[in-house]
Amino acid sequence: MALLRVENVTKRFGGLEALKDVSFSLHDGQVKALIGPNGAGKTTLFNLISGIDRPTSGHVFFRDEDLGRLAPHMASRLGVGRTFQHSKVFDDMSVLDNVKVGRYGRSHAGVFSAFLTLPRHRREEKAISEASLRALRRVGLGDRAHESAGNLPVGDRHLLEIARSLASEPTVLLLDEPAAGLNNEETAQLAEIVRRVRDDGVTILLVEHDMGFVMDISDEVVVLDYGKKIAEGPPLMIRNDEEVIKAYLGEDL
Amino acid sequence: MAALVFLRRHLAFLAFSVVILSAPLFTGNIYYLSILAFMATRLMIALGLNLLMGQAGQISLGHAAFVGIGAYGSAIMTTRWNMDPWLAMLFSAVFAAAVAGLIGVPTLKLKGHYLAMATLGFGEIVHILLVQFKWLTNGTDGIGGIPSLAIGGIDFGDPQMFHWLVWGVVLLMLRISLNLVDSRVGRSLRALHRAEVAAMSLGVNTSFRKVQVLMVSAVFASIAGSFFVHYVQYVSPVSFTLTFSVILVTTVVIGGLGNVWGAVWGSVLMVLLPEYLKRYNQDYTLLVFGVMLIVIMIFLPGGLVSFKTLVAKTRERLGGARTASAAGPGPARGS
Repeated sequence: MALLRVENVTKRFGGLEALKDVSFSLHDGQVKALIGPNGAGKTTLFNLISGIDRPTSGHVFFRDEDLGRLAPHMASRLGVGRTFQHSKVFDDMSVLDNVKVGRYGRSHAGVFSAFLTLPRHRREEKAISEASLRALRRVGLGDRAHESAGNLPVGDRHLLEIARSLASEPTVLLLDEPAAGLNNEETAQLAEIVRRVRDDGVTILLVEHDMGFVMDISDEVVVLDYGKKIAEGPPLMIRNDEEVIKAYLGEDL
Repeated sequence: MAALVFLRRHLAFLAFSVVILSAPLFTGNIYYLSILAFMATRLMIALGLNLLMGQAGQISLGHAAFVGIGAYGSAIMTTRWNMDPWLAMLFSAVFAAAVAGLIGVPTLKLKGHYLAMATLGFGEIVHILLVQFKWLTNGTDGIGGIPSLAIGGIDFGDPQMFHWLVWGVVLLMLRISLNLVDSRVGRSLRALHRAEVAAMSLGVNTSFRKVQVLMVSAVFASIAGSFFVHYVQYVSPVSFTLTFSVILVTTVVIGGLGNVWGAVWGSVLMVLLPEYLKRYNQDYTLLVFGVMLIVIMIFLPGGLVSFKTLVAKTRERLGGARTASAAGPGPARGS
């Protein structure tokens, strides 16, 4: 049984068809990559899967829930976490506070219990702090918890977004170009972290341009071109697929 | 040891409480106490507006109207319907919250500054209603004879007693605002301010939180209005204009948006300054506010509350490496 099913999804923005009848599914424990030239519709698809946008037609099912029918914040509550291609770190907050926002869906204190700092609220705050620190340690940022997030270098910002999302205990984690702007060493570290997260039972779907990284880490690859799925399969098969090579025209896979 | 930690954490709050609550012991001067009472009601409004603007990043240009709802609600219910003043204050606040919800639900679902526009219109509508609904509000003549507040045998018509009452309420509001900032809800507000889509993707119901903080700020404003009319025992529509809404926004911006204490500094300055300027020429007040806003935005974009950071930075620049690590601009916090 697939964890996540993208079924005949089409997305139009005015006259532009960003996605055309795309279908694929994601199985429990997989690392799957979504690749394609710029403008192929990868981020659009991510926005649909993370519930932030709705398909024009077709459905995105997470288990049995149709994400297109739910409010945007519900995808996270159900277990779909994500990071962003263009960093959306909360710059004026501390690294730890950024991750604490990730615990939002797993905690309950409302405005009145916050006003009065009831004992129940204090206990919950303590649990939030502990869980957030654990999430930070998972990506190796444990000792930077109290720095201002705005001061982090690019690579660490990606890791912070991953930690923030992990804090929400996702079943599926969507990573949007996590290796962008990283050097080789940092990319290797990232691959190690992604593997560890997968080993902890999180299913991963990632968009990435770094083909070395993609081929190294993925169990399966989906290729989009001009909003259409042109191939799907294990990395080795994708590497030799004629249509894929044509789409990338001369680029070395 | 635990007592020491507690003291350190709450030092600013405790010091402020002691100073403000002991003020009547040093002066019985009615004029000074009236300025402080006025400052208290201003601070109530500023605290709510600081949460709305500073934490959630939403702008209200009609907050005078929420103050007006509290003021007129209390005035009408106590003078015309002989209602208990505390009950009237409660009903007015609930009404203000309901109205805020009605404005917030449609506008805060949209991205962008729709709330600013909606509240701008709302403020004007309330002002017009206060003037035109003569049968209820007595029009531009206003409503007089509003009773002073009392609990049991204590009459808060006495300026000193009123001082302790109104500042007690302000301190309570300050405390719960500080608590809110340092909580799950406060973090979610800052998160949606900075990057709404990211906040959503982390499970934050952003529209709900935005509407809720607007309602909280409306309640603070309404309570301020109620206290105000019970103190001066008279209310008229001239107090609740767009100019007043803009002055309220100026108060919290000048004080500093990133920190709850900004509301305190802004209120102190924006209440004392006009009192001082009045001696020369009242017409200059708005001009001075305008210039001050520009100067502060240029040289102290974090508001008065960020003065310490500015001092630290300047010292760093002058003192070089010796003091460089002493203090840097830390992440915004409120305790």
